[in-house]
Amino acid sequence: MPPFVDVSDVTLTYGGTASGTLALEHTTLQIEKGEFVAVVGPSGCGKSTLLKLVSGLHLPSRGGVLVAGQEVSAPLSIVGMAFQNPIMLPWRTTLDNVLLPLEIVEPHASQFRARRAEYETKARELLGIVGLDGFADHYPWQLSGGMQQRASLCRSLIHEPELLLLDEPFGALDAFTREELWVVLQRLWERHKFTVILVTHDLTESVFLADTVYVSSKRPGRIVASQKVNLPRPRDIYAAEFVSLVRALKSDIVEVRAA
Amino acid sequence: MSRQPENGMSERLETAMPWLFLLGSVVVWELACIVLRIPPFVLPRPSLVVIALYERFGPIIDNSWMTLLRTLLGFAIAVVLGALLGVAIGSWRIVYRGLYPVLIGFNSIPKVAVVPVFVIWFGIGTIPAVLTAFLVSFFPIAVNVATGLATIEPELLDVMRSLGAKKHKILMKVGLPRAMPYFFASLKVAITLAFVGTIISETVASNKGIGYLMMAATSNFDTPLVFAGLIVIAVMGIAMYAIFAAIEHRMTFWAKRGDGLMA
Repeated sequence: MPPFVDVSDVTLTYGGTASGTLALEHTTLQIEKGEFVAVVGPSGCGKSTLLKLVSGLHLPSRGGVLVAGQEVSAPLSIVGMAFQNPIMLPWRTTLDNVLLPLEIVEPHASQFRARRAEYETKARELLGIVGLDGFADHYPWQLSGGMQQRASLCRSLIHEPELLLLDEPFGALDAFTREELWVVLQRLWERHKFTVILVTHDLTESVFLADTVYVSSKRPGRIVASQKVNLPRPRDIYAAEFVSLVRALKSDIVEVRAA
Repeated sequence: MSRQPENGMSERLETAMPWLFLLGSVVVWELACIVLRIPPFVLPRPSLVVIALYERFGPIIDNSWMTLLRTLLGFAIAVVLGALLGVAIGSWRIVYRGLYPVLIGFNSIPKVAVVPVFVIWFGIGTIPAVLTAFLVSFFPIAVNVATGLATIEPELLDVMRSLGAKKHKILMKVGLPRAMPYFFASLKVAITLAFVGTIISETVASNKGIGYLMMAATSNFDTPLVFAGLIVIAVMGIAMYAIFAAIEHRMTFWAKRGDGLMA
C-alpha cells in the first residue's frame, strides 16, 4: 500500500527561488495511514513549513507532496490543524468555536443549519472527551490556557479530518497540563485513528506519543535521522527504554546543531 | 471587572467626584467674576450664562437641533463609507498600498481649510456642514476597521484557509466580528469629531446652527450667549459619546476581557 502522506525530495524557498530564504531542502518523508509521526529539531528549522506543505497552504518549489494518493495543489479540507497559540475566537462560546470548521467545510457547511443539533451533540461529546464538560457555553477568555488548547484540539477534530497537523500545540503550557494533554491526544488518536504529524521540540513528548520520530536539521531543514518507537502505550516516561530513546534522539539533535 | 470591593462610602465619593469638581469650578468661577469685577462681555458669570440659556431657550434649541441633525447626517455617511473603505483597505493589499498613503495625506489637511471650497460648490448652509462633519469623522472609522482586519492572527488564517474558506467567508466568520471592537471604539471618537466638523463649518459658512448662533452672539458682544452655546455643544457631545460608549459596551463585551475565571 502506498504511504498516506508522501513527501518526496521537496525543496521550498520563501520569496522567490533566487534570493529567498531556503526553508526546506530535499526533504523526504513517508507516513502510513493512521501513523503518529513526530518531527523534532532545533527551532527555525522549517518544521512548521513542512506542515504547511502537507496541508497545501504552501506549494513546494521543487519536489512533490502526495496525500492519500493525490498531488497536493490546494489547501486540503481533510486536514485539521492546531497550533501553539489556541487562537479561539473570543466572540464565540467554546462550543461555537469548536463548531467553526463545520460552518466552512463541505458537505457540512451547507447542511449546518439543518443539522445543527446533531453537530452540537458531537461537539459536546468531543469536549467531554478532552475534559471540558460544562465549559461548552463559556467564552474562551474565561478558560485557562490549557483548557483553550483542549478546545483547540476539539476544533481541529470536529470535521473528522483524516490528517491532524499539530504545530507545537503544547509548547506554551506548564509541564503538568502538557502531560495531561498528551494523554488526551493519545486517547483521541486511539479512538479515531487519524494520521498525525506533530511538530515539537520536546523530545519526551515525541517519544511518548509517536510511532516514528524524525529529526530535522537546522535551516534549511531536512530529515537527517529517524527513530521507531515500539514501546507499548501508554508509555512510562521514566522507564529505562523510554529514557534511552530520548537520550538517543538528544544526541542526534546535538549532532545536528553542531553540524 | 473584578475590582476589589471597596467600602460603599469611598465608592460613592468616587462616583460623585466629577460632579463635585464641576460644581466647585462653577462656584469659583462665579465668585472670581464678582470679586475681580470681570465685565460680563469678557467672562460672564455662570449665573448669567444660565439666564441666557433660559431666556433664549427657543432659538438655542432650534439651532442646536439643526447642528445635531447635520452632525448625525455627516456621521452616518462617515460610518457607512468609513466602514466600507476600512474593509477594502483591510482586505486587499492592493487597495491598502494604493489608498492608505493618500488617505494619510488627505487627513493631514486641516478640514476647516476645505470649507471655503464647499461654499463655492454648494453655497452656505447644511451641505458644507454635513460634508465637513463627514470628512472629519470618517478617517478614524476607516483606519480602525482596517486595523481590525489586518491584525488577524496568521495561524487563524491558516486554519480557515486549510478548511477551504474563501476570502468572503473568512471576512464574514472572522474578519468582521474581529473588527467590531475597533469599529465601535472608533464611533465614540468619530461622533465627537463630527460635532467639531459641523460647528467649524457653521461658524464659517452658515445662517443656522449653534456655531452660527455663537458667531452672531460674538459680533453682538453677547458673551453669555456664546457660553450658553458652548454648554449646549458640550452636553450634546457628551450625550452622543455616552450613547456610543454604551453601544460599544453592549456589542463587544467579549473584547473587554476580565480576568479569566479559571486562569
